[in-house]
Amino acid sequence: MNSTGVFPTIAWSAGAGCHGGCGQKVFVEQGKMVRIEGDENHPWNQGRSCPRVLALTQYMYHPDRITRPLKRVGERGEGKFEPISWDEAFDTCEQRLNEIKRKYGAESVVFAQGTGRDIGGPITFLAYSFGSPNWCQLGLSGQSCYTPRLGSMKSVIGDFGVVDCSQFLERRYQDPEWVAPEVIIVWGQDPPNGCPDAFFGHWIVDCMKRGSKIISVDPRNTWMTGRAAHHLQIRPGTDGALALGMLNVIINEGIYDKAFVEKWVHGFEQLKARVQDYPLEKVAAIVEVPADRIAAAARMFAKARQAAVHWGVPIDMCPDSTAVAHAIICLWTITGNIDIPGGQVIAKPSHGVSSYPYTTEELLQLYGEEMIGRLTKKRIGADTYPMVKNFRAWAHPDMVIDQMQTGEPYPLKAAWIQTANILGGQAARAGFHYEALKKLEFIVVVDLFHNPTSMALADLVLPAATFPEKDSIRAWYAPLSIIQKRVQVAECKSDWEINFELAKRFNPEGLKQWNTVEDMFNERLAPSGMTFQDLRKLGGWKMAGEGPSRPYRRHERGLLRPDRKPGFNTASGKVEVYCDTFKSWGLDPLPFYTEPPQSRTSTPELYEKYPLVMITGARSQLFFHSEHRMIPWLREKMPDPYVEIHPETAARYAIYDGEWVYLKNDMGRVKRKAKISRRVKPGHVHTMHGWWLPELQGKAPDLFGVWDYQINKIIPGPQCSKSGFGGGQYKTTLCTLAKIED
Amino acid sequence: MANYSLLIDYDYCTGCHSCEIACQQEHGYPVGTNGIVVKEYEYEAGGRVRIDYLPFFTPHCDLCKDRRTREPTPACVKHCQSACMEFGLTKELAARMGDRNRLVLYTHNPGR
Ligand code: SF4
Ligand code: SF4
Ligand code: SF4
Repeated sequence: MNSTGVFPTIAWSAGAGCHGGCGQKVFVEQGKMVRIEGDENHPWNQGRSCPRVLALTQYMYHPDRITRPLKRVGERGEGKFEPISWDEAFDTCEQRLNEIKRKYGAESVVFAQGTGRDIGGPITFLAYSFGSPNWCQLGLSGQSCYTPRLGSMKSVIGDFGVVDCSQFLERRYQDPEWVAPEVIIVWGQDPPNGCPDAFFGHWIVDCMKRGSKIISVDPRNTWMTGRAAHHLQIRPGTDGALALGMLNVIINEGIYDKAFVEKWVHGFEQLKARVQDYPLEKVAAIVEVPADRIAAAARMFAKARQAAVHWGVPIDMCPDSTAVAHAIICLWTITGNIDIPGGQVIAKPSHGVSSYPYTTEELLQLYGEEMIGRLTKKRIGADTYPMVKNFRAWAHPDMVIDQMQTGEPYPLKAAWIQTANILGGQAARAGFHYEALKKLEFIVVVDLFHNPTSMALADLVLPAATFPEKDSIRAWYAPLSIIQKRVQVAECKSDWEINFELAKRFNPEGLKQWNTVEDMFNERLAPSGMTFQDLRKLGGWKMAGEGPSRPYRRHERGLLRPDRKPGFNTASGKVEVYCDTFKSWGLDPLPFYTEPPQSRTSTPELYEKYPLVMITGARSQLFFHSEHRMIPWLREKMPDPYVEIHPETAARYAIYDGEWVYLKNDMGRVKRKAKISRRVKPGHVHTMHGWWLPELQGKAPDLFGVWDYQINKIIPGPQCSKSGFGGGQYKTTLCTLAKIED
Repeated sequence: MANYSLLIDYDYCTGCHSCEIACQQEHGYPVGTNGIVVKEYEYEAGGRVRIDYLPFFTPHCDLCKDRRTREPTPACVKHCQSACMEFGLTKELAARMGDRNRLVLYTHNPGR
């Protein structure tokens, strides 16, 4: 590490916090990062940066940052911690966790992660070295974030699809092979507000400048919806009905791609029969958008030469979300848009490298069938839910927390919580999570700042690093990149360093082939034919050349299947719109629609009491989920948690702009500042998630005001579909507004 | 003497806040001080609700005078996620405005 200079790296970790991948330049003076700027030579962002990167100096050197390992000295929740050495911290973890393993079995320890940055690699590595199958995103009800869409794509197509914004081509928009999508359906996502799932949000804006027309599916009004050719302002949670209605139009009007369907689609006739159950008038009544507008949008999408869907997490939060995703996959499939320029390109991990093993397939590649098979036997939820068992190796988060409370079928005794603020962040029924987690004998929290979770629960706190302070690898999706350590902040360590050291203590024999974390990176990078140092010499990244990781039309060229035959990576070699895989798991092989568990029609009595549909979770560039509220430059731009209320609704409740109000239902009430705005329809309100106030008292019971501001306190548990994925009620919970009379 | 300006294609300003933090980082401005402030506008047009954003420049904007001795572009221009800001000679930018829609030109000529 040089102590002064300008160095490139990749943002994918705490700091920006996102699902990242952009290139950044770190300006270092005498070992300290003094500035950070976008890397203009990186194809991902071409010099651009988000606010959270640009405020990173305030984050890394924040006076409240945890910079040394801490042990709890008072009672849990009392907020009394004392610094200890890393040796003592590792010794304590090793000893306490091994003791629990001896008494109750390795499966009694839960390994909880937060959002999708580079954590997936190190946390599996640690959990499996310890011997526990119970790795999950604890609190995320129904695994309702990308997993349902991924599982559905894997089952139906055999691969994942993303809108083609030229991100797989080094020359990007200049590459002559690329054309802009003629139409992009932006479905439940707000691209200008961040970078979801390995995607730079403003790529959509780049495409708009190059001629792409937008169809917006969004219950709210945003910058994007105001510019869309069609804005389908649906009722929250009805996305599945809309997709089926659009399929009905496209199929019955015969405007699908007949040649593609003939050659590459399995089960089209069954799909055709199914969509007859969704005539347009019926769909229009469900989604609350006029039929002619749905039809016009469907025609525009179907008739475009090349078109694609850019989608977001509301799809995962629908009940039976795998079926909703399935319907949307059918839209881009039968219109012949798969893996064509400007269409829905297939996205594979770059160079066949696995940096975040989220499919069972990748875990088998890394850990072997014997081990994964053995672990699956005890994995919570694998017995109950077919997709939990077969697609993704996480334990089922709602079942984990229930089991923590009941101790059935086996007791849970400890938790390793790594960069996951469960109580202040994703946990639906957050209060229940608090009660259940309190019962554990031993809890380690790895994080960068104290937060409600560390304050309430931690026995030990380990200080994690931001991206300029760490080495790591990234292959999600392109290019293949390395994160390069440029500075050290106090005693902070990367997630990989922490987990590698501890994993070696748990399983010295199994891990003896690697002396350093870099040895292991090199083994994981092997499919690329490059080492960490090779990539460093190349400037830190490499775009895949001709082969399975580079578009286009790979199904025609035998680049998708392990047997190298033309076709898709499914049993039939075709895109299974009638999905045999779903059928073999006891699931409906065709897409269908389910009404949200709370709504005007499914719970009329509740609706009478709580007549507002509460949408939560729209993103902001300023904060990543529950992070960044302590960063002055960011918080300045949004000081208060607010709720968007339509002027008519505000008048009905006699609420004025800027007034503090309660959002409430039978689960409790949460404070928000009223923002009177036409962004929402009269029957809806919207508020952001992840709020707790770092400036308030940390120790229990205050916990930084989490019980006053955490909106997930009043979000109920899941309506899990048969698949086990989806149904988190983050977008469809009913509530009412009340004035605060103090 | 050469006069410089910023040209904003505000139809594409998404309100991403990058310009604001870029300016604060560049100048080390504390909370409450900034060369650029982005404002949100909500209105109806053609039966639809529109949300627009427009950056506003304060006297704290010095067109990145110091920065431009080492870097070609001001910090806000470089980091704008929509790439909707351009920096250049006032005359040249103004000449290119005529046939385009919804642009704003911000001039800054200290001492005059
Ligand atoms: S949000 Fe986007 S710009 Fe910001 S660090 Fe992540 S990938 Fe980069
Ligand atoms: S030109 Fe420089 S000083 Fe002016 S607003 Fe942009 S970043 Fe700030
Ligand atoms: S950086 Fe660009 S798009 Fe973002 S708010 Fe500023 S001017 Fe608008």
